[in-house]
This record gives sequence, structure tokens and C-alpha cells, in this order.
Amino acid sequence: MKVEQISIFLENKSGRLAEVTRILADAGINIRALSLADTSDFGILRLIVNETEKAKAVLKENGFTVGKNEVIAVEVPDRPGGLAGILEALSGSNINVEYMYAFVERSGENAIIIFRFDEIEKAIEALQAAGVRILKGEEVYSL
Amino acid sequence: MIWNEEYETMPREALEAIQLKRLQGVVERVYATVAPYRKKMDDAGVRPSDIKKLEDLKKLPFTTKDDLRDNYPFGMFAVPLERVVRVHASSGTTGKPTVVGYTKRDIDTWAELMARTLTCAGVHRGDIVHNAYGYGLFTGGLGFHYGAERLGATVIPISGGNTKRQIMIMRDFGSTVLTCTPSYALNIAEVIRESGLDPSGLKLRVGIFGAEPWSEKMRAEIERQLGIDAIDIYGLSEIIGPGVSVECIEKKEGLHIFEDHFIPEIIDPDTEEVLPHGETGELVFTTLTKEAFPVIRYRTRDITRLITEPCTCGRTLYRMEKIMGRTDDMLIIRGVNVFPSQIEHVLMSIEGVEPHYQIIVDREGALDVMEIQVEVSEQIFSDEIKALEGLAKRIEQELKESLAVSCRVRLVEPKTIQRSEGKAKRVIDKRKI
Repeated sequence: MKVEQISIFLENKSGRLAEVTRILADAGINIRALSLADTSDFGILRLIVNETEKAKAVLKENGFTVGKNEVIAVEVPDRPGGLAGILEALSGSNINVEYMYAFVERSGENAIIIFRFDEIEKAIEALQAAGVRILKGEEVYSL
Repeated sequence: MIWNEEYETMPREALEAIQLKRLQGVVERVYATVAPYRKKMDDAGVRPSDIKKLEDLKKLPFTTKDDLRDNYPFGMFAVPLERVVRVHASSGTTGKPTVVGYTKRDIDTWAELMARTLTCAGVHRGDIVHNAYGYGLFTGGLGFHYGAERLGATVIPISGGNTKRQIMIMRDFGSTVLTCTPSYALNIAEVIRESGLDPSGLKLRVGIFGAEPWSEKMRAEIERQLGIDAIDIYGLSEIIGPGVSVECIEKKEGLHIFEDHFIPEIIDPDTEEVLPHGETGELVFTTLTKEAFPVIRYRTRDITRLITEPCTCGRTLYRMEKIMGRTDDMLIIRGVNVFPSQIEHVLMSIEGVEPHYQIIVDREGALDVMEIQVEVSEQIFSDEIKALEGLAKRIEQELKESLAVSCRVRLVEPKTIQRSEGKAKRVIDKRKI
């Protein structure tokens, strides 16, 4: 049910993002989804890759601060109100979304949204109760 | 004008006779009443009776900020606490401040010295003194306040901050004298200019600026922008506060030391040998008249030299040159003394923060800004922005509480702070003063 995500601390300096992607490319790692959150001083790059542990190791070797945590990947029907329904299910159970980002599945049928919750188990229950399809980790890594 | 003609223009021989008598007195007193002094003297094998001439001063052990820290808060006081009517404090090298005390008579001595100081700078009865030094544990505010009252001037105890309001009051009340740090004086000038006011609409005539080092170039700038005479003053709480030495308005060349109360020495900071007059080294002071908190050969860590040539103003007191630097890593940020070790102390108390940090000091306009760069370790890293921003804010808050001056914390990637062999380069000071 849960998907592993790595996050990387980046100073707001030109070339840092390119460096991360180059390191991953050289290690033969494929990026499945990503989002970048930033402030005026720094940014946090969040990635879902096909080989989490390997990616974490090569980035650490190259001096980056890397964290790992679990997120949920949810399939969202590609029609008006698709996302609204999911968010309503969450707010109905008083679950707070820390952050989220979306990407489109290769087939183009459905969108996939990555959610970060503090109360991940509670969130899974609420989503399942609402009949939302939650992707397995392997499904996301091998997209 | 001279406030105390008798002492400030005394022939050297007579002055030195008074110094010796007072020195013998203070050494006897600290030996009898302050255990750490007695122990140090016993360890060095020197007795109060060994002080037979002024040169014998060099037989006495030095006192350092570490001694004051080890005896925090009141362990170096020479009188019972019932006789201490006031305490002040300055930055210590770790989390604890350096505490000093005053008896009623000390407060009186201090007011006399500050009346001398103000007179030396050309201030007189009838002047309106706009005192923008901070009031509180810092000695600047109250030191000037009591001196100006003793002199018979009118004091505006405005303290620091809220510059626009300061300027309004300065204009409306007709302030003639400005007392603050030199960088704050420049900041006031800047705000006056920005608000489109004409500085000539103010009645300011003279400013007495201290608590941080400043150059002749900065003096010229302040004098031009505010249309005043800018006078340098020196002091430190361990000795008494402001009122240790000051420039005369006649010459503005070297700061007259009130030697009937303080004996200056210049030493080589490495060998600790006393250097001949005129040579540059570390300034050391012995207080002669203080009751609550006398200090013997206190190492100020300030670098200067003594000028013994007579001054045209008529004072026979030796002068010290403007401070040229420090022998330690103390920083002065907006008039507040900051030791990198204090910053380290705060950082280390926060779980997960690694001992890799750098302090970057700069000047934005006329004001000092300090940025602390902290490396983000895996322990403190989070994938959530609010967690990292919260951490930076928390460090800022804790630093502000400990240092009494605000700073900005910037989170940086690991290994971005230069590692050095041996002593780490902790401070990058970009200020041009």
C-alpha cells in the first residue's frame, strides 16, 4: 500500500538539480515521479525511483543529505471531480495532507497522485473505505 | 572644558603617587576579601606587601574572562551582596553572562567619570543628551544617563530602536548631543536622508560613539552626514562600563584614560610581557577605586598602544589609540559582544545539529547583520518544508535569547562549510568599517 519516497536537501544554487539527476542517471536509476518544494533559501526534492536504496546510497556518497519516508499513491479518475471526491473523503475523516503531487500514467487513462500524510494508516483506511484505488509500491516503481 | 581640573591635569609625579597608594589599597582589599584573587596571588608567590612601586604591578597575576566565568555570578565581588546596589552584565564566552557589581560609591565614581567624559567631548550644562545606548544589563544606557545628570545636562533616555520616532523626538526636543554606537549613528543619518529631512534642521552638535570599533573614515562620514563632531569613547563592563577613556573634542587623537581610577598596561598577548610605552599590544587594566568589583590586570583582548605625549587640551592623562582589533575571536554586532563559542554552545544544545557552522557578518546600510549557516544533517532533515523552516526559526529564537542580538539562520547542504586543518574558520566578517 505504501510507496517509498526519498527526499534530498538542496540549497538554492544553480546546477544542483542537474547534479542530482546526473548522479542518478549514471547509476542507472529511473525517476518515476518527482516534486520540488522550495523556499528563498533552500529546496526539498522528493523523488520516487525504481531503486530506492541504491538511489539513496549514491546520493549520500556524493555528499547529499537524503531522507526516506513513505507516501501513498492513489489513482484518480480522469474526469471532473475525480480529485475532489478523494480529498473530501480525507477531510471527512479529519486527515491532514502534508503535501501532494501528481503525475500522469503512461497510458494516459488515469492520473496518479502522491500523498504525504502524518497519519498514514488512518489515511489508508479512509481512502479504502471511500473505494479509492491505492497503488502498491511495485506498481509505482515499475510504471 | 575640563570637569575635574585637579585630577585630569595633575602633574604625572603626583598622579603616579596617587596611583601607587590606591593600587596598594586595592591589592590588599582583593587579597583579603576575594578568594580567587588570594589563591592566584598565593600560587604566584606574591603578597600585597610586595607592591612597593608602580612597576611591581607586573608581579600580579592576570585576570581573564574565564576567571569571571568560573566564579559566576558573584564570586569575584569584594563586598557582601548587601552593599551591592546594582549589577550589570555583558556577554560571556558560553551560555552565561559576565556579571559585574557596583556599590553606591561605585555608581558615584562612575557618574563622575562619565561627567568627565561628556565634558571632554564638549558637552555642558544646558545640552540635551539624546541617549540611544541600550538601557538594561548593558552598561551603555545607564552609564551615560548618570553622567549626563551629574553634568547637569538634560537626558532623553530613549534607548535603542524605532529610529523614525527617535528622529522625531530629536527634532522636536532639540537634542544637541547624540550618544549611541557609531553604526547606529550612521543608520539614523540614513533614515533622516530617506525621509527627506534636512539634518541641518536638527540641533545636534556632537556625538559620542562607542561599544564597537570604528575607523577614521567612518568618523568623517558621520560628521559629514550629521554635521556634528564625532567623539570616540571606550569602556567595558568589567572595568566599569563607558567612562574608561574618551577623546577630547580639541584634538580627537587618542582617548584620554582616567588614570587616577584605572592603570593601563600594554602586554604582548603571547609572552604576557609588559611592553614599553608606545608599542602596540593587548590592553590590560587594573581598577584602583572600585569597591564591589575591582579587577587586577584584566586582559581586555583589545589591541591598541599608549600615547604618552602631552595633549593640547591640557589633560596630563595618557591616551590610548583607537582600538585596532582583538586578540580573540569576539565579534561586536550592533554594539553587542558575541563570541563564536556562545553560538556553538546554543547549536550544540539542539539535538541533531552538527558542529559545522559558519558565522557571516556583513553590514546592510549602516546596520550589522549576522547569518549563521548550519549544515543540514540527516538527523534534522525532513521532507517537509515547514519542519525545516520551523527548525531554522527555533535556532534563530534560541540564539537571540542567548546572544541578546538577532541573527538569521540559513540551512546549508552538508560539507558546504569549509573544513580546515586545525582551527576551523568560523567567522567571515565582510564589514568595512
